[in-house]
Amino acid sequence: MENLVQAALANVNFSAIMPSLVLVCFGMALLLIGVFSRRGRTTHIAWISIIGLVITGIYTYIDWVNPETQFGFAGHVAQDNFAVFFNIIFIAAAGLTILISDDYLKREGYPISEYYALILFSTAGAMWMASGTDLMTIFLGLEVLSISLYVLAGMFRNDVRSNEAGLKYFLLGAFSTGFLLYGVALLYGVAGTTNVADIGMYLSAHKAALGNPMTIAGMVLLSTGFMFKIAIVPFHMWTPDVYQGAPTPITAFMSAGPKAAAIAAFLRILMFGLPELHAEWGAMLWLLAVLTMTVGNFIAISQTNIKRMLAYSSIAHAGYALVGLVAANEVGLSGILYYMLAYTFMNIGAFAVLILAGKQGEENLTLDGFAGFGYKRPFLGVALCVFLFSLMGLPPTAGFAGKFYVFAGAVKAGYIWLAIIGVLNSAVSLYYYLRVMVYMYFREPTEDYSWISMPVGAVISIVIALFGVLYLGLLPDCVMEMAKMSIF
Amino acid sequence: MLDNYLPILVLVAIAFAFAAGSVVFSRLVGQKKPSVVKLAPYECGMPLFGTARDRFSIKFYIIAMLFIVFDIEVVFLYPWSVMFKRLGMFGFAEMGVFIVILFVGYVYVWKKGALEWE
Repeated sequence: MENLVQAALANVNFSAIMPSLVLVCFGMALLLIGVFSRRGRTTHIAWISIIGLVITGIYTYIDWVNPETQFGFAGHVAQDNFAVFFNIIFIAAAGLTILISDDYLKREGYPISEYYALILFSTAGAMWMASGTDLMTIFLGLEVLSISLYVLAGMFRNDVRSNEAGLKYFLLGAFSTGFLLYGVALLYGVAGTTNVADIGMYLSAHKAALGNPMTIAGMVLLSTGFMFKIAIVPFHMWTPDVYQGAPTPITAFMSAGPKAAAIAAFLRILMFGLPELHAEWGAMLWLLAVLTMTVGNFIAISQTNIKRMLAYSSIAHAGYALVGLVAANEVGLSGILYYMLAYTFMNIGAFAVLILAGKQGEENLTLDGFAGFGYKRPFLGVALCVFLFSLMGLPPTAGFAGKFYVFAGAVKAGYIWLAIIGVLNSAVSLYYYLRVMVYMYFREPTEDYSWISMPVGAVISIVIALFGVLYLGLLPDCVMEMAKMSIF
Repeated sequence: MLDNYLPILVLVAIAFAFAAGSVVFSRLVGQKKPSVVKLAPYECGMPLFGTARDRFSIKFYIIAMLFIVFDIEVVFLYPWSVMFKRLGMFGFAEMGVFIVILFVGYVYVWKKGALEWE
């Protein structure tokens, strides 16, 4: 018994989960501060959560500088460069989201203090997904992430669309979690362990197990669970409704942070646990990547609501990221990391402008509402243009560099056609992104946009996002080196 | 290993036989004198005042949800109390963290007014 306690103590390594630990502590503190504060006052809570994220960032930086991988909790958690890189993405996504939230929530009449605590909790969950090396830890992280998001999506209690978003996300999310767990159970049945690396070792030592239908079924079900979360076609049905109904900052957050988290966990499992099955999942993901890019882009064309259009475009972007995963080589995989970081900046930036341009009650999010916007509001107009250019993938923006690396990886691995389809899809996406700009600059303004205020947080967030997009686009080498160091 | 579960199986079999036997036996030998009161869903206690397929106040759900959370806390406290001496400081610290987290939830719920009935 004594030995058991000793062993347990020796395995616990808090420095391996320090960033998420800080987030969870801050989240709990915020809950208490929230209930002891006066109703409707949330500005200080937003800023305290920013402080929490900054401290988390400092610990993440320490983890990055420390070249040794920190293992913790009996090998359930590994704070390696891969996890740290994704932590940076999560912190950026959460920070930018919180900065744009405070004013928006007050405008919409829901100054809810729990909002910030839930964002911190879901960020912590995302971190466990990225650093989890055991299927159970990854599952735990996924649940912490998802449950917070279900609540956040349905945050606007009196809004039918928000309620629909919350319920739909909850039901489909729970359903997809079932698939995921079924896959975990089957893989456990094959390999006798839930540790990702051990599954990989078992499969490479027992080649016979590779042909076992149970292994393939496990892989497929596990992938299904993750692909629900990443919104890969044909598991994307929930995305437009949930993204449109959820509060806009949460939509921005969902399309960046949690998506990156699911990709992180998926990537780690495929590369560590199932590398022997690369031929199988490579073929599967090839098809799904093509489908996802094409369906996402083509349906986005017919959208007139910009929020919904960005939801479909986020489906397409998940498809681009999958291209790197199909390639599964150094350029492709580090390209995914780079792409997710770039996507965080450009997407949340675009949503930030959308939030400022909107009226109370989530109105004025249609194309017509943006007529002449660029002249009336020059700064916001230019900022939105930069973000849209980046989403299209035009140089010199982050989106170009990201797409370049991902497609270069595909070409290097011999998937020429996949890269060609990807580039063609980018060309399709030009249409619906450019259309927003056409409305912004080539239509007579019907509104004077006098309702737009420029709250400090949102401006800071847009400036950071602009900086991120341009820095990643103009000087990609430094971050690309980081991404290359981060993959296995 | 599986032998250990044999008594449970026997118990299940006996319980099933007893339940089924009671129903069948009373049906066979019992007298039947039905009346309105006897056929009501609840033969004793409150008289009926409406259908059960009604909307319930959300308060019931909140209380039930909170009950589960704190119920589980107690469930975890029992094995700890049994192993308290052997787990020593390690167990104490772990349970301390666990209870503090739940305590934060408790304070939150209380201040939020979820425990007030009216």
